[in-house]
Amino acid sequence: MPFKWINAVALPILLFGVIIALWSTISEKIPGFPPPLEVWNELIVVLSDPFYNNGAGDQGIALQLLSSLKRVFGGFALAIAVGVPVGLLIGMSKSAQTAFNPYIQILKPVSPLAWLPLALFVFKDVDMTAIFVIFITSIWPIIINTALGVRSVSEDYLNVAKVLQLTPFERVFQIILPVAVPFIFTGMRLSLGIAWLVIVAAEMLTGGLGIGFWIWDEYNNLNYSHIIIGIILIGVVGYILDTIMGFIADYFDYRKRGRV
Amino acid sequence: MSAKPFLNIDHVDKVFPLGKGKEYVALRDVKLEIRENEIVSIIGHSGCGKSTLLNMIAGLDTITSGVILLEDREINAPGPERAVVFQNHSLLPWLTVYQNIEMAVKKVRDDLNAQEVKEHVMKYIDLVNLDHAKDKYPGEISGGMKQRVGIARALSIEPKVLLMDEPFGALDSLTRANLQDHLMRIQMQTGNTVVIITHDVDEAVLLSDRVIMMTNGPEATIGEILEVNLPRPRKRLELQHNEEYLRCRGAIVEFLYSKFAKHDD
Ligand SMILES: Nc1ncnc2c1ncn2[C@@H]1O[C@H](COP(=O)(O)OP(=O)(O)OP(=O)(O)O)[C@@H](O)[C@H]1O
Ligand SMILES: [Mg+2]
Repeated sequence: MPFKWINAVALPILLFGVIIALWSTISEKIPGFPPPLEVWNELIVVLSDPFYNNGAGDQGIALQLLSSLKRVFGGFALAIAVGVPVGLLIGMSKSAQTAFNPYIQILKPVSPLAWLPLALFVFKDVDMTAIFVIFITSIWPIIINTALGVRSVSEDYLNVAKVLQLTPFERVFQIILPVAVPFIFTGMRLSLGIAWLVIVAAEMLTGGLGIGFWIWDEYNNLNYSHIIIGIILIGVVGYILDTIMGFIADYFDYRKRGRV
Repeated sequence: MSAKPFLNIDHVDKVFPLGKGKEYVALRDVKLEIRENEIVSIIGHSGCGKSTLLNMIAGLDTITSGVILLEDREINAPGPERAVVFQNHSLLPWLTVYQNIEMAVKKVRDDLNAQEVKEHVMKYIDLVNLDHAKDKYPGEISGGMKQRVGIARALSIEPKVLLMDEPFGALDSLTRANLQDHLMRIQMQTGNTVVIITHDVDEAVLLSDRVIMMTNGPEATIGEILEVNLPRPRKRLELQHNEEYLRCRGAIVEFLYSKFAKHDD
């Protein structure tokens, strides 16, 4: 339908105009607040040489983002490696559920920043600290969704497994995992979103290389247009990460392949 | 019957604990001897304990007291010699028709090599006339076809007893009739012993050598056993006015709606 298509393009553009107008007003009211055009020009400068490397403190935006992504994937991979087996265990065993549940409920709402000083003290290393903080805050949705997936395996499928006398190992790989995988990916998607939120805050405190620290550094340099550029790029990268995870999740979801 | 029973349900009780010291006696003193190659149907009002009885034979539910013997061996766990066709087919939706059956065959027949597995699976897909759908997923085929796959999967592991809990209950009457014909043809070919739960009087008479009629719960038990003396193969059209058919039908209706009528409470 052409009308729909026009709407899909026209409406965001219309809203874009409103945002730019608001932004311009704000930058007129607050002295030093960079107006849209200035940010746009800076953005082109920043993106035109994303890979420059002038030593530890001064590197291009792509290198900053990559170093953040490296930590994110470190913590995220660790969260998957621990979270999925723990989730499987909790889903399959009532006792494990009873044992783990209070700790999950208590640790889940703890802010990532609360872990940071402890991690710094233990690891005395910026990278390790960031990876640990991401691990400990992004593991919960993986555990919870994996366990949920296991519990959603229908009694009928388990009866099939019983009649065929599947071993516990066969039961996990032939019955439980196929059902649980879509749930696990939902957990992973949430988890990656959290990881990307956490990394910015963590890097602001730990320093070094990374998009979070870059923003903080530009604040200290009074380079406010770079802060806005940082925000936009974090948003874009986060959106790309989420979309990629969405595609992967759909690929492994048997329900999304035209079969119910 | 002089031959010794193939499947022997011997003074079986089933009590469900309800918590707070209460309990529900679902079945009391159920005695039933089933012969080899026989098709037996179990009929009774909803909630009388048909599924409970079948699940105990399958080993999916525990027996409170009494014993069930298959060829003189006590049943206390599920096993592939007692295949179950569930009411809602319970095919694994992430596997194709072929893979669903293959998975069962591979597990139970570990003596077969790859080629033999393939032939074996195809033989049972053939048996239910589903060659054309073998690479489809359960979500892509009709309810009746799914149920046929369920039957093929159950038969493919060559069980001693085929247990069916209202296998056609969720299907429309035309599909149902079609599957009944399939089942009778297959049973004549394979000689399986079949225990089938049904709500349907005509289905019970058409399919069975004997119809087991259960009383209402609590403490339900076997009320009457009806022998259906109709030669096989049976043709539903010819049976319409057959005297024996009408006698059997009448006896079941009499049992269900007069002797053990159930009044909704
Ligand atoms: N786990 C359980 N705990 C307590 N009571 C149960 C349990 N399972 C079944 N019952 C009771 O046992 C009785 C028999 O149940 P069952 O499912 O065997 O009936 P059914 O004859 O198969 O009924 P339907 O024709 O509706 O399938 C019912 O009254 C039911 O409420
Ligand atoms: Mg039932």
